[in-house]
Amino acid sequence: MSKTGYTRRSILKTGAAALGASALPAPMIWAQEIKNITLRQFGTGVSNLNDVATKVKEDLGFTLEMTALDSDAVTQRAATQPDNFDIADIEYWICKKVWPTGNLQAMDTSKIKNYDKIVGIFKSGKLTPDSEIAQGTAPSTVGFVEGPGGTTFAESETGWMTLIPTIYNADTLGIRPDLIGRPIESWTELLNPEFKGKASILDISSIGIMDMAMVCEAMGEIQYGDKGNMTREEIDKTMAIFTEAKKNGQFRAFWKTFDESVNLMASGEVVIQSMWSPAITAVKSRGIDCVYQPLKEGYRSWGGGLGLSKSLSGMELDAAYEYINWYLSGWVGGYLMRQGYYSAVPETSKDFMSDNEWGYWFEGKPATDVITSPTGDKLAEAGETRDGGSFYDRMGHVACWNAVMDENQYMVRKWNEFIAS
Amino acid sequence: MKVTRETVTGWMQAAPLTVVLLGFLVAPIITIVIVSFWQATEFSIIPAFSLENYEFLFGSPVTYKVFAATFKYAFLTWAMTLAIGFTVAYYLAFHIRSQTMQIALFLLCTIPFWTSNIIRMISWIPFLGRNGIANQTLISWGVIDQPLEWLLYSDFSVILAFVHLYTLFMVVPIFNTMMRIDRNLIEAARDNGASGFQTLVHVIIPLTKPGIMIGTIFVLTLVMGDFITVRFMSGSQRANVGRLISNDIALLQYPSAAATAVVLLCTVLIVIGILLRFVNIRKEL
Repeated sequence: MSKTGYTRRSILKTGAAALGASALPAPMIWAQEIKNITLRQFGTGVSNLNDVATKVKEDLGFTLEMTALDSDAVTQRAATQPDNFDIADIEYWICKKVWPTGNLQAMDTSKIKNYDKIVGIFKSGKLTPDSEIAQGTAPSTVGFVEGPGGTTFAESETGWMTLIPTIYNADTLGIRPDLIGRPIESWTELLNPEFKGKASILDISSIGIMDMAMVCEAMGEIQYGDKGNMTREEIDKTMAIFTEAKKNGQFRAFWKTFDESVNLMASGEVVIQSMWSPAITAVKSRGIDCVYQPLKEGYRSWGGGLGLSKSLSGMELDAAYEYINWYLSGWVGGYLMRQGYYSAVPETSKDFMSDNEWGYWFEGKPATDVITSPTGDKLAEAGETRDGGSFYDRMGHVACWNAVMDENQYMVRKWNEFIAS
Repeated sequence: MKVTRETVTGWMQAAPLTVVLLGFLVAPIITIVIVSFWQATEFSIIPAFSLENYEFLFGSPVTYKVFAATFKYAFLTWAMTLAIGFTVAYYLAFHIRSQTMQIALFLLCTIPFWTSNIIRMISWIPFLGRNGIANQTLISWGVIDQPLEWLLYSDFSVILAFVHLYTLFMVVPIFNTMMRIDRNLIEAARDNGASGFQTLVHVIIPLTKPGIMIGTIFVLTLVMGDFITVRFMSGSQRANVGRLISNDIALLQYPSAAATAVVLLCTVLIVIGILLRFVNIRKEL
């Protein structure tokens, strides 16, 4: 507990609170002081929700300022403006770009109360003891460093985490079953000429290239050594296949932001595209049929976590730990799970979900009652089941993780060529 | 002595603007030029002189393609905004007699500009879409059987948006110069037996040149520097130089973005330089 920087007057003022606080164990922070703390968090719109900030104020007393940006802007900010944030809510693949800049500090896992309950994917990399680690930038490969000042990633658990995992999901293609009218089973359908001028992928190179790889591999055109770390030759081949499809008019548009993907799908401009889970929800809540289609080749997965700014110290750092512990304690987890994501500590979220919700979202059971989103929109009727089944079915079927490759710069240039072609 | 004092006063008067321009225009451009010679990897910028960025830029066929696309957009937008802008300004300046009416109609032209660029741009999307208003109307009229795919996410939609966004930048300077034309000159032309068309070509257009030139510079620089219109209206299917730069920035390739920006800046300056050879704006104003 830090007292530095506080005048005698302010201590006298908060005398009673201080007395009370000092009687309690260490992580507690003085009630009066904590009100003055503001933590600035930024990240993608996926998890930077005002509801979380409101709840933090309610439960912990301090203020959390949220800024939602797109993935590229998040990377930029984390890499170039270390003093402009306290907490970076970033994705693991971004971590690979941001960590070497030294703008984040490693977290002491002994201060994380629910560390033991964090799912294996983020620690050993294995969901269950016998599962295989998927290709790409798997969170466990960038999850640990050797020590507080470590700049390279450690192979296994070291007690110092780069990001505290918070949210993750298995992504797949979104489709409009009403406009397609037949079952879709494989990633190859994205380039099926049947959907000429009605397909789309996202224009974020690090993610888009993975979707491309899933398609090319499913078509049997390319056998990748590691989709998440392609060679130049593999990148060239992949881009060639997609460039040709683009020239043939396969794509209607490419999207970069959440709302663009929703509008493309809802307006019927496209019938099949790479998509994110809440975007599907958004289309559905407009009363339009839209499915997050599980495909036989598996999912392309991603995970996000909270990183601490290098410049955090003293009481703010304590508050940040407090916030992270609160984050993993269930309320946020429940909120995220009811949006269709997964919490890093599913078991604590269970306490904040009804049996029906837990059964539907986590266990893949048919809903026993109407399923609603955290904001109250109806997502499913009683009797419906979640696409892709249970947590273990979905996360156990991950083919690769969003990645940053060694040849990233080359890939980015090729991507620019693809967009301009 | 007197001369010196005047000189000093002159310098003093010019100083504030000079400082502002140096600090906010010249210095950033110099920085961009310097950075354009640096090297970069994914997460670090190496401040060492290197021609790598330019080598890559000039060595890539994409660059030429993208510059060609940029010129195409700029030229087509310019031609259309000029045609529309000139006509509108001509109508306002010479056909509307009462000044109140002129002002009222002029304000009417600016109404769309009360909302943001992005909103005006995006509102075209549902209109032009596959199941949009345009297609539905055409189908219901029996003009077409199938929705027109090229209405949206095509060069057509990009240029349409540009013309919609930037025509006013043509109207205003042209209208402005037209209003300064001495009406006696037109009367004189008519007295000398010039037809309406001859008056237009030999009197009005030459006298409107400065306005046309200012409008041209506005439109060209806006279109050539744009990145967002091209992205939204083409559904990311097309690229211009602005998009190349914004992609680089998004991917933390600052030196490469700076190099592209320098080349773009030079290109625009050359284009404007050429334009200014045709009209001496300072003299005409």
